[in-house]
Amino acid sequence: MASYVPHTEAEVASMLAGLGLNSIDDLFGVVPEALRLAAGDLQLPAGLPEADVAGEMARLAASNRTGQELVCFAGGGAYDHDVPAVTRALAGRSEFVTSYTPYQAEVAQGVLQALFEYQTLVARLAGLPAANASVYDGASALVEAVNLATAATGRRSAWVSAGLNPRWRQVLATLTAGRETEIHDVALEGGVTAWHQARALGHTAPAALVLACPNYLGCIDPLAPAVKLADELGALVISVFDPVAAGLLRTPGEQGASVAVAEGQPLGTPLQFGGPYLGMMAVSKDHVRRLPGRLVGRTVDTEGRAAYVTTLRAREQDIRRERASSNICTNETLVAVTAMVQLAWLGTCGLRELALRCARGTRYLREGLLSLPGVEPLVDAPVVREFAVCLPVAPEVVVDKMAEEGFLAGLPVEAGGREGLLIAVTEKRTKAEMDAYVAAMEKVAN
Amino acid sequence: MSNGQLSNSASQPAGRPSGVAVPTGLAGAAPGGKAASAPLLGRQEEPTIFELSVPGRTSASFRSTGVPEWPAEELVPPNELRPEPPPLVEVSERDLVAHMTRLSHRQYSVDLGAYPLGSCTMKYNPKACDEAASLAGFTGAHPAAPPSCSQGWLELMWSLGEALCKLTGMEAVSLQPPAGAAGELTGLLMMRAWHRSRGRSPGKVLIPDSAHGTNPASVSLAGYETVSVPSDERGLVPPRAVRERLSDDVAGIMLTNPNTLGLFEEHICEIAEAVHAAGGLLYYDGANLNAIMGVAKPGAMGFDIVHLNLHKTFAVPHGGGGPGAGPVAVSAPLAEFLPGPVVARSEDGTFCWHEPRQSIGRVHGWHGNALALVRAWAYILLNGSDGLRKVSQTAVLNANWLLSRLKGSYAVPFEGPAMHEVVVSTRGTGSQLKALDVGKGLLEKGFHSPTVYFPLVVPEALMIEPTETESPQTVAALAEALVEVASQRPDEAALAPRTTPVGRVDEARAARSLVLTWDDVAGAGGRRASDGTYSC
Repeated sequence: MASYVPHTEAEVASMLAGLGLNSIDDLFGVVPEALRLAAGDLQLPAGLPEADVAGEMARLAASNRTGQELVCFAGGGAYDHDVPAVTRALAGRSEFVTSYTPYQAEVAQGVLQALFEYQTLVARLAGLPAANASVYDGASALVEAVNLATAATGRRSAWVSAGLNPRWRQVLATLTAGRETEIHDVALEGGVTAWHQARALGHTAPAALVLACPNYLGCIDPLAPAVKLADELGALVISVFDPVAAGLLRTPGEQGASVAVAEGQPLGTPLQFGGPYLGMMAVSKDHVRRLPGRLVGRTVDTEGRAAYVTTLRAREQDIRRERASSNICTNETLVAVTAMVQLAWLGTCGLRELALRCARGTRYLREGLLSLPGVEPLVDAPVVREFAVCLPVAPEVVVDKMAEEGFLAGLPVEAGGREGLLIAVTEKRTKAEMDAYVAAMEKVAN
Repeated sequence: MSNGQLSNSASQPAGRPSGVAVPTGLAGAAPGGKAASAPLLGRQEEPTIFELSVPGRTSASFRSTGVPEWPAEELVPPNELRPEPPPLVEVSERDLVAHMTRLSHRQYSVDLGAYPLGSCTMKYNPKACDEAASLAGFTGAHPAAPPSCSQGWLELMWSLGEALCKLTGMEAVSLQPPAGAAGELTGLLMMRAWHRSRGRSPGKVLIPDSAHGTNPASVSLAGYETVSVPSDERGLVPPRAVRERLSDDVAGIMLTNPNTLGLFEEHICEIAEAVHAAGGLLYYDGANLNAIMGVAKPGAMGFDIVHLNLHKTFAVPHGGGGPGAGPVAVSAPLAEFLPGPVVARSEDGTFCWHEPRQSIGRVHGWHGNALALVRAWAYILLNGSDGLRKVSQTAVLNANWLLSRLKGSYAVPFEGPAMHEVVVSTRGTGSQLKALDVGKGLLEKGFHSPTVYFPLVVPEALMIEPTETESPQTVAALAEALVEVASQRPDEAALAPRTTPVGRVDEARAARSLVLTWDDVAGAGGRRASDGTYSC
């Protein structure tokens, strides 16, 4: 079997002798006899040599259908973008991969400066002045944003658009249950949030209005009505944005959102079955001190050189303990470094080009599908990188049948009591793949 | 044993007799754990990526797709279209590579040297696990793909879950929580749901005063009030103190065992009995599981809910602060409350998703930090039953051996047999040295600092966890460095570190005048380098 314990038997014997012990079991004399396990009690398989493990992992990997075997048109919060070699190579450097949280700034300038640059890029994407060094994923960023809003306003509820990712909406319900935050849903009309209906629901004024643009159905859901209502109610606006669509769309910040959150996976991280992903989070000036998790600040060292360090540490759980507004400790630093590299590689023009290519592919495939008999838009609002259609066959059936044709067709989705299929197109999808997709759909959805 | 027993290449060539008796089997070799030879050039500033930006310079290229090239104006409504692209940076790929490589040279890591951060278990992460996690069959899988297309992933998750249950003595598991603190909150919300299902809503959770900060923060987020349990003079949780605080209003207790002082809670069975008798549950914080794999199971100790830190015990690299993974395993009565969906095995041997009946709901947007699970599973396969037991045995051996070499130079506030980590202090040795200065002194000597000022119950605490992957030579060299630093005068120690890319960092200034982005430094000028000059 493989072993990563360097000690030779002679060394172990010598160390035990130095400690005045006879056997390694003597180290555990303090563990009550009744609890102590003997060798083999774990009943896990014996350890394997590295090559055998590689073989087993290759077998498991090959049991998933991916790549050209199952061309991906699914999105819903996880997008199949091209990742350049440089992003993999740089984010894979072992200095970034195998370091801990930068508690000792003098030997962690690499991670700290990369995070400072990441914070800058996220703030620019969101159109807000400050961003944190990441939370777990888009869903957890949403939860943290709602917790920030309740702390900032002293109110206990949030009004959330039905256009939010339904899984994120579930996570929000699960993780705010402890503090009994009330979450009220505001319906969509034609694919955009019907904020005019919200007041009529009769709820007390919320801490925040929450919406996504583009929303889960891919629609551009305008911020202006939410910002206007929030101003009247004295509530914050939390806007979920997409870091790729940000190449084309106006920023949450310039439109009046106080908090902007996003799933950062599209920035250089493969699909990898849903994680690790990246929770991006930016805020307006008023809320910087309420940001959860780590913040990297720029300062100087004893000789006046630029240096970076985690700052406003007193907000965090290890100091504030039960009075902390967030419990986050471990975050997604490596994924944030990945996003930083990817954004730098894309550059100012590249991000716009990427967004444009996604929007073009989306239009091309949508037009192709809508030309098929019985295929209709699920909602009418303009879309940018993802769209939903109604099909003559149940979406779950379509997904299974399209898989046989070599396509991951999309995600079953529901809006206004109608079922549909949510389809995403990235810059990775070619015209030929889309034409083949439409042909397969013609066969399957009949 | 004295510190001179292992030869050290810094002072003498390997293999030559040192003049000091070398015990059998401890032949001298250069300690692998010191970063002092790393080529950290110059000690100059690294410019930010924004300062490397030149208008019009590009790196990106995009695949040929044949898709019609409609202009942006035909794709996005005019009032939603941003007139200009967001200002990022404009750098060549070559400059980007050089910048990130230079940054990486300013970063300590496990691959570079010993990283004895207490409670963080910074062990070596086998490269075989990295390679497994980079297989296209794992990285290319969409999380919403139907189970028929994801059998490899589901089988892996199911197998890992089974193994974690065996290791902990639990019955069922959720792999969704993406970190330890997320696991804590998940477990506490399950505790809450379990009580409610029995018509109870107690409001308090007991936590020892030596607990990690995430524990009380999670308790508070779960809607509970924290009741602190003081440690006794031996550093342990006294059953009497627990019993005195138990009532109808107590939902349970959160414990780390071994605790953050590196001591095994020997009265755990008595504590468990008392908590259960009062209708409460026991939560096991798995931060320190590296001490007891194959030695004892939390389930047998009476715990009902266990979270594991795969990024500590199971060699998932910590990524400079994350990602980790914090699966939660539970005893049978709690299985139906797990976050859903969980993986189940069908009668025909295939794997599927299953929604527990009384699930507290999702805690992650998808299925958790999946690639971390691949690494952990590869690590478990590589080590196997005996290997994991040996991991814990050796981790405890290294910690005790290290402690034996520090006595006399540091005070040992709690003298119990150490488990996988030790807590020592500069207080009480007659020295005025601060724990912080010891940490910085170690940085200067090429080692990472231990955890300092934690646990809070020990003044000037140094929490040291050598882990099992450091050789005795490295542990000896680390001990030697710690002893040397302990002998320094405080004014001398305050000068360290002088060999690192930057000297001591002005933390007070960072907090006083917040600079969180390059735009805070450069103002509008920082952006103007790109704005308006791009060629797209």
